[in-house]
Parts: sequence; C-alpha cells; structure tokens
Amino acid sequence: MPEYKWPEADKRSLIGKRHSRADGPVKSSGKAKYSSDISRPGMLHVLAVRCPYAHARVTSIDTSEAERMPGVKMVQVVVEPGKPNAETQWFLDHVALVAAETEEQAEDAVRKVKVQYERLPHLVTEYDRTAAGARARPQDAATTGDPDTAFREADVVSEGEYGARFISHCTLEPHGSVTEWKDGRLTAYLPTQALSGSVSQFASPLEVPNTNVRVICNHIGGAFGSKFGPDKWDIQAARMAKAAGRPMRYFTERNAELIVSGGRPSDFATVRIAAKKDGTIIGWQSDAWGTVGPSDRGAAPPLPYVFRKIPNIRTRYTGVGTNTGPSRAWRAPNHPQGCLLTMCALDDCAARLNMDPLQFFLKNISLVQGGRPEDYSTELLKCAEMIDWKKNWHARGDKTPGPIKRGLGLSIHTWGGLGHACQCDVKIHPDGSAEVTMGTQDLGTGTRTVMLVTLAETFGLPLNAVKLNIGDSDYPPGGASGGSTTVGGASTATRRGALDALEQLFQKVAPALGVPPDQLEAVNGKIQVKGNPAKSLAWKQACAKIGTNPIVARGACQAQAARKEKLIDADVGGAQMADVSVDIETGVVTLNKFVAAQDCGLIINLKTAESQMYGAMTMGVGYALYEERVMDQLTGRMLNNNMEFYKLAGLGDIGTIEVFMMTGKGYDERGVIGLGEPPVISPGAAISNAIANAIGVRVPHMPFTPDRVLAALEKGGVA
Amino acid sequence: MDSLEIRLKVNGEPRSWRVAPGDVLLDVLRRENYFGVKRGCETGECGACTVLLDGKAVNSCLVFAAQAHGCDIVTIEGLAQGDRLHPIQEAFLDAGAVQCGFCTPGMVLNTKAFLEQCPQPTEAEARQALAGNYCRCTGYKKPVEAVMAAAANFGLGISDCGLQSRKKSEIRNPKSEIKRGRR
Repeated sequence: MPEYKWPEADKRSLIGKRHSRADGPVKSSGKAKYSSDISRPGMLHVLAVRCPYAHARVTSIDTSEAERMPGVKMVQVVVEPGKPNAETQWFLDHVALVAAETEEQAEDAVRKVKVQYERLPHLVTEYDRTAAGARARPQDAATTGDPDTAFREADVVSEGEYGARFISHCTLEPHGSVTEWKDGRLTAYLPTQALSGSVSQFASPLEVPNTNVRVICNHIGGAFGSKFGPDKWDIQAARMAKAAGRPMRYFTERNAELIVSGGRPSDFATVRIAAKKDGTIIGWQSDAWGTVGPSDRGAAPPLPYVFRKIPNIRTRYTGVGTNTGPSRAWRAPNHPQGCLLTMCALDDCAARLNMDPLQFFLKNISLVQGGRPEDYSTELLKCAEMIDWKKNWHARGDKTPGPIKRGLGLSIHTWGGLGHACQCDVKIHPDGSAEVTMGTQDLGTGTRTVMLVTLAETFGLPLNAVKLNIGDSDYPPGGASGGSTTVGGASTATRRGALDALEQLFQKVAPALGVPPDQLEAVNGKIQVKGNPAKSLAWKQACAKIGTNPIVARGACQAQAARKEKLIDADVGGAQMADVSVDIETGVVTLNKFVAAQDCGLIINLKTAESQMYGAMTMGVGYALYEERVMDQLTGRMLNNNMEFYKLAGLGDIGTIEVFMMTGKGYDERGVIGLGEPPVISPGAAISNAIANAIGVRVPHMPFTPDRVLAALEKGGVA
Repeated sequence: MDSLEIRLKVNGEPRSWRVAPGDVLLDVLRRENYFGVKRGCETGECGACTVLLDGKAVNSCLVFAAQAHGCDIVTIEGLAQGDRLHPIQEAFLDAGAVQCGFCTPGMVLNTKAFLEQCPQPTEAEARQALAGNYCRCTGYKKPVEAVMAAAANFGLGISDCGLQSRKKSEIRNPKSEIKRGRR
C-alpha cells in the first residue's frame, strides 16, 4: 500500500504554483453551460404566483382563467386553501406554479390566477427586540467561570450594542432547475453545492428510487451556501414535468430571489467586557438576539468569537421568529456576525483603556481558540506592515480639520476546514491518458483545477496531460461543498486514488525496469527507478504495459484518517485591517485600503486561492457598507428586492485590496485546508472598527450606511 | 401588433427573427441559443448580459430586441476564433479574474468596447470602465489587472480587435468622455 502523503516541498512541480483555472476557456468564451442555460426539446417555462403579504391564509385560488390563457399547459396549486398548511409565511412565498410554452405566456397567465388571502399578523423586523413580543424566545444561556466577580474586580468595563442586519445571498445565477423525465428516470439540471447528495433529496419526495434520479451541474453562477439540495419549487416543477410529460424550466424571478432563496441570519448583541488596567481581558457578558426567518428557533452566533478562552463568560441568546424568507447557510455560517459583535466590542474596550487595539489584541492573543496563537500574532503584524499601522493609526477620532476623517481598524477570525467524505475513480489508460472522475461540483472556487493539479503532480505529468470529469451524480459520490471542505476532500480523494493507481502501474512496469515496484517513482513524464532518470520508461511506454483494460483505482477522503496522514487539517487563523475615510457631512464611508494575512495549510493552486481571498473581501465590503434586506413592518414587504436597491460592492467601492498568504515551511506541513469561508468573516468588524477610529464613535448596526453613520455622529464623535 | 421581424447581424452572421414588441434583446438572444449572454439582475445593474451593439457595450436587458434591427451585435460567443481565445479572454485567465464565470462574458465584452475607445488606459479609467459589472465571487482586483494586461498586449499589436486598421482620428477620446460621465 502506498504511503498517502503530499510530496516534499522540493519535489513539487505543480502544487503551490499559480495555475489558470481549467474551466477558464469555456467560461470566458461563453461555452460553459450553467443550469439556467439548459434548454431541452419541448421544455415548458414555469413561473410562480406569489403572495404579496408577509403572513396570510390562502382562502381561495381560481386558476380557471389562467388555464385558458394562450400557451398555458399546467397550473399547479401548491398552497391549497382549506388545508392546515394553507398559510404563507413570508412576502413573495409562492402559492401556485404556472407552466407555459414561453416565459412570456407564463408571466401573462400568472396575473390571471385569482388568489384570495386572509391577512394574518406579521413581524418582519427584529432589530428592536422590545417590539418582538411573543415572537422572541430566549433559547440559550451559558456561564463559565465567575463573571460577576470578574466585572466587580475589573479596572475597566466597556459596554456597547452591535448588530449585523439580515442580508441576502444575491447569487448572480438565480435558484431553480430544469427537470426532465425519460423512461421513468428524472434528470435534474440543478445549480447545486451538493450534487451527489441532491439525488436523495429529489428521490425521496418524488417517491422514486435513488437509481431513478440523475443530477447534473457543470457550472454554477454563485452559491455561497444557498444552493445545497433542491428547493421545494424544484420538487414541484419535477412533479409537473412528470405529469405533463415535458421538461420544465423554473428559475426564480429576481425580485423574489432576494427574499425567498436564502439569506444570512441577523445578529445583535449588547456586550460588556471586563479588563484590567494593563489590558488583560478578564470577563465577557453578551445578550444576543437575531432571526433566521419564520422559525422562532434562531442560530446563536459563536460568542465571544475566537477569544473563547476569556476566563469568565456569560452569554444569552434569544431567537426572534419573523415573517421573512428563511435564512440558509451563508459563507462561514454565524461567524461574520459573531466576529462583528466580538471584535467591535473588543475594539471599544481597547479605546476605553486608551490602548492601541493592535497591542490590545496581541496582549490577549493567548485567549484564542481555533487556529494557532502564534499565527494570529504573525498575521496581525504582517497586516500592520501592509497597512502601515504604525504611521497611520491614531487614537479614536481623527483630529484632522475638514469633513474627511480617516481611520484604521482590525479583526481576526478562524474557521475549521478538513475534508468532506467523497470518492473518485482514477483511471490510467493503456495509451497513457489519465483521468479522474467524481460526482462533485466546482462552484468557481477552482475544484476542477485542484483535482487536475493533484492528479498531474502525482503522475509526474504536465497539467494538460490529465483529464477530469465532474458535475454528474452518476459518477462516484462527491461531498457537499460547504464549510470549506471541498478542496480538502477532493484533493485527498484524488491523491489517494492516484497513488493507488500508480502502484498498480508500478507493478506492471517493474519487471521491465528490473527493480521491485516500490523502487519506482513517477516524475517528469517518466516512470523511473528512484533517483535514476537513466533507468526509466516514458509514461506512455510504461502505460503500454497495462494490457487491454485501464487501471482503475477508487480514491476516497475520510476526514479523520486524512488528517492523521497530514493530507488535510482544520482550524486556520487570519487577520484583516481596513483603512477608511468617512465624510462626516454626508456619512459616506470609502475604503482606502483593505489588507489580509491568512493561513490555510498547503496551498494547491496559489492563483485560485488568492482569488478566493480577493472575492471574499470584496463581498465583505458589500455586506459591511451596503447589503441589507430592508423590511417594512407596516406592509410586511421587502423594500429593496431588486439589485438597484439591494446594493453589492462594485469596482468603485473597494479601494486597494492586498492579501498575504501564509505559506511555506511551518504551514505546508499541516496539509490542505479550505479557504471559502475564512476571508469573508472579518471584513465587517475590521471596517466597523476603522470607522469608529475615524469618527470617534461606534456605528452600532451593519451595514454602515450614510444614515447610520450620521445618526451615530449625532450622539458624539468628532463632528 | 403581435410580432415584427428584425434583421441584424450576430457575431458577423446575418439573422432574421420574429420578436414581440416588448421582447428585450437579452431574452431573444438567449431564446436563439446565445447562452453566453447571462441573465442576472434583469434591470441593468449587474452587467452580466452585456453585448456589443454596433461596437458599444450595452446591457441587453435594457434594449428592446426591435432596437437591434439593422445592428451589428457581438456576443461573447463571437470573440474567440475556434479554440483560439481573444487576447482579452487570455488576459482574464492569466490574471485569475474568472471564478464562477457568470459575470465574465459581460466583463470581457465591456473591456473590449472600452479598450477600443481607450487603448492605453490608466488603472483609474479601467476601474471606471468596469464599474457597471458586478462580480460576486472574485471581486475586481484581478479583472482590473486583466484589463491593464490586455491593454498592454493591445499596445504590442497582439490585438485583433480592429484597432490596427482604424485611423487615429476615428478613435474618440475616451478620457474626456469619462470626465463628462458619458461612459
């Protein structure tokens, strides 16, 4: 059995270098087919009839006129009047689906479906907990140590309220699917983060065996945690496809997309921190609340975040049920919120102590849990160097004359990682071609490229000499792309499968080279006696000895075993620092510079790793300064359910972003760790702290829009 | 009027389509299998549906199909020649400016229109040129690098975007337009 490990640093020819993504050519030339680009013969177009109220009972639905409209083939009522579940729980929840020959015909017919509603009481805002009434349910409380004594004995107690409003995933490709039945088997073209897992999720509600479901996803236009299994509308459309005997295409309309297809839970908290004069943190107390949507059971953020080893802690969390579209996993679930609440409170504590927050964080770095304390210190100092903290930092409130105030802020974060369970087949063909096949998905993060780099590296071949097949659930089962586990899982399975296949090849080739198989290695396009290029066979010649059938080896990732082998690891750390300017006359915040230092173990493809960093930080600027589901309590509606008013960060908003990857000795040995989540956690906190540093007062709730900045300035600060 | 016929060129090929008066160019192009034209926000915010209309980058979700009658449309499918990518596409791949790729066709086409107007841009101009294209995955640092690298390649005469054959007087001065906010 081969030894499953990564090649030593000096033996890596591809791993850790910068590689252009394998699917770049098809994506940049428009050939890449996303699920929403699939067009099947005879396909019908489905659109939804949506409830205009936040909470209502459907009392009647009349579809007769819609059914008579041109091109209409089917109208499916999904919320049936009179049934116990005949209630809609959020604005734009759908009550019926209309299928027609064209999208325009479906749109016309949707308007002809007559629905009567009985309006029911709703709650759509939760930032003022006192207004939540019975929808607020205390659900978690915990105490460690003796917080009462800590706060009594503290030299300084700082206190504040902080909050992250509810945001949407806002993927550029909407949610939905194309579903088609043939000979009793469903093929679903679904944009999904969990290709193989989606099979059961179709099969079970449709009451067909798993063998009768195939899910395909070659490219996906953004997911960020919101596109795991099929949605209820995908199942409903699949049922309609079966009944109509024609393929159905349903993708959510953009105005609905921003409320029905997922979002990030809100979190708010009042926080108190107890510290000694020298800056040592001795106590934490937080009272948090937030909503995940209709469920009263919320999702408590991790508090205190990263600084888990504060000796005396008391936390409380209250979930608030609201009539808003339900939340879904959003990149690093609950961490950005926990990070904001914690790092802002700590920054306020540093200000109360008249300490530089960098020194305050470094002083307390031994209190971190998850990630290595020394890494955080290194990363903070690296960021400080990149942003010139020493020169640019000042005590709270920029005293420079004029309306533009500049400030610096920092934050640190952690995430798990490891690798999801998955399997692949690695094949070496007698003609020397080689491929890896897995029922996984590439969200754009670079999974394809990572698997190809791993395969080529293992076989000692150039990158363009190996092939890859993913995106089809008929392949060996891949894992769900969540929690930054894909790169670990996919690279481990590929490496293990490739090493096993290579061992089979060595056995075939060994007699010709006159040494035992374990004396062979695959390097530079050859199978050679270890360290002796003169005694070798070219890869192709070697493969000619395979025989008629290809060599096939099944590779798998089992997280704990792979961690022991140091193929993968978990628990990274990262630091980020923001440099902002705030116009105190308009309240507009401008990013000048935003820097990050991040560890993530062994990097397989530096180019795609850096892309993840830049992208996450850009997304972070968006949620820090612009993104928010604005809900109107009077009407129960979302007021900005379009991309004109649901603002993302654009090119004019991001300033200069710089990243530093902690790689090389001391990091590579840990094995591979995913990067999807970590860099998206800190931006809100770093930017909030920079704003507070600039204007001398905390803007409590994120996003830090001009109105909120001006409201905060009215209460104090430099204005 | 139920429908009307439009005649136009798409990627150099003459096309004749029947469209409804209310059909937008985005939907008609996708109906005709130009799926590289992506449907994002549907309201002219995200730039994913960008096509070139007589050389000018437009959001095809904001253009009635009927308005394209007699026009020359370039979609992303029209840029590469067979397997040979356009230098702008190459530049995007080299820079690592592509992630999920949904916004890429729009960015690439916008870059093409921009560089034809402004062959040697400053980074600030490149940033302004792409300000109408949202990217949710990889952000903007790498796309801007790609635009600058593509511009450098254009300068070296690698381009096949037609600049070489155009008289200098035909190239409008984009800098003054940017200042006037016309872009």
